[in-house]
Amino acid sequence: MTTDASPAAAPVARLADEFNKLPGIGPKTAQRLTYYLVRMPEEDARSLADAIIAVKERIALCSRCYNITEADPCAVCANPTRDHTRICVVEEALDVLALERTNTYKGMYHVLHGVISPMNGIGPDDLRIQPLLYRLKDGDIQEVILATNPNLEGEATSMYIQKLIAPLGVRITRPARGLPMGGDLEYADEVTLARAIEGRQEF
Amino acid sequence: MPQPRTYRTEAVVLRQTPLGEADRILTLCSPDIGKIRAVAKGVRRTKSRLGGNLELLNRVSVSVSVGRNLDVINEAYAIDTFSRFRSDLPRVSRALYIAELMDNFLIEGSAARPAYGLLLNALRWLETTPNLDLLLRWFEMRLLDCAGYMPELTDCVECRIPLQPADHTFACDSGGVLCPECRVSSDGALIPAPLNVMKTLRFLQRQPQFAAVEPIAVSRGALAAAERLMRTYIRHIVEREIKSAHFVSLTLAN
Repeated sequence: MTTDASPAAAPVARLADEFNKLPGIGPKTAQRLTYYLVRMPEEDARSLADAIIAVKERIALCSRCYNITEADPCAVCANPTRDHTRICVVEEALDVLALERTNTYKGMYHVLHGVISPMNGIGPDDLRIQPLLYRLKDGDIQEVILATNPNLEGEATSMYIQKLIAPLGVRITRPARGLPMGGDLEYADEVTLARAIEGRQEF
Repeated sequence: MPQPRTYRTEAVVLRQTPLGEADRILTLCSPDIGKIRAVAKGVRRTKSRLGGNLELLNRVSVSVSVGRNLDVINEAYAIDTFSRFRSDLPRVSRALYIAELMDNFLIEGSAARPAYGLLLNALRWLETTPNLDLLLRWFEMRLLDCAGYMPELTDCVECRIPLQPADHTFACDSGGVLCPECRVSSDGALIPAPLNVMKTLRFLQRQPQFAAVEPIAVSRGALAAAERLMRTYIRHIVEREIKSAHFVSLTLAN
């Protein structure tokens, strides 16, 4: 959206331009959000603005696991009751939230902040792979769970990390892949179904 | 007659870009339409039926609705997932390189039957061949042929006299090798083309099928020099770096 030809007042157009820069927000949504904010009570608008500033000023990356945190080390790394011998490697900080919601995994994390995507020019050096190696060499880690996304680039990233850490003698695992809970077998796609059959377990 | 609002085609998924909450923009290579850019809705959700089928480098059959800006994929099923190269990193990195080259050479809306056939052929060979880098050089040569950029390697590209068996120079601007006289007067980008590299490239140029290339033993040095020459020439044609090449070099074939 260009501000030059816009009939909207300059501050309105500027805010719409800023929204338009966010992922998943096109010009129409940007306009809708902007006009919603214009009608919003000033107090709520200030609270939103403060929240945005706070995210930028008070949030940093944990120096151990590279998760997004307010305190360093983060709550997971600093928690003595968690299992410090397991590291689950994930692509993004959002994946940590998803895994934490399961209430099943009680180990540590390591956030790569991306995935190897050669076509987009993202190579291993652009991810936090080296710090993971330091953690494995220094600490008493017994298992690394490679929980990158189950697609070609995620698999390539896991294979690359596996090759690097295999000589360290740590147990390396991958989450199982297969049928989602609550779904119908009939509607599962062939690729997932094939993987589910390959990875079947004793009942 | 009005254009049909949906069409069905076969294609290989060359590229995926996340869009919005759970969608992806896919770049597909189709034999009938060439390059297609289409939205696959909801494919990032784990319960998406489309997601597994539309994985990168799958050969798929798709039904597509014509959209105002981008087309939308309604239905897709995988014909071939080339599963044998997916569990081997050197093969995966080379498959991604092949996909990026295809993406750069294809044109939207223009039939690409020979290039599509070549792509399928290369992906099938990638599942089994031990000569991964030789396969890439052969693929590059065939793709240049499909796109009309086959390099001239037997006669001087400027004066057309047959080249003597010796070390020569490759001129990217002219798309071929120069004889010693023409080299003196040339002022474009020049790459050394030693005799062993010329022999390798000429051999690849004569072979439409990789089956005839695979058993040939090419020295590592000649293959590396051929790679440098082809990469420079391709960069000159597409006017950008092929980004996947760096990752290929990180995942050396045995």
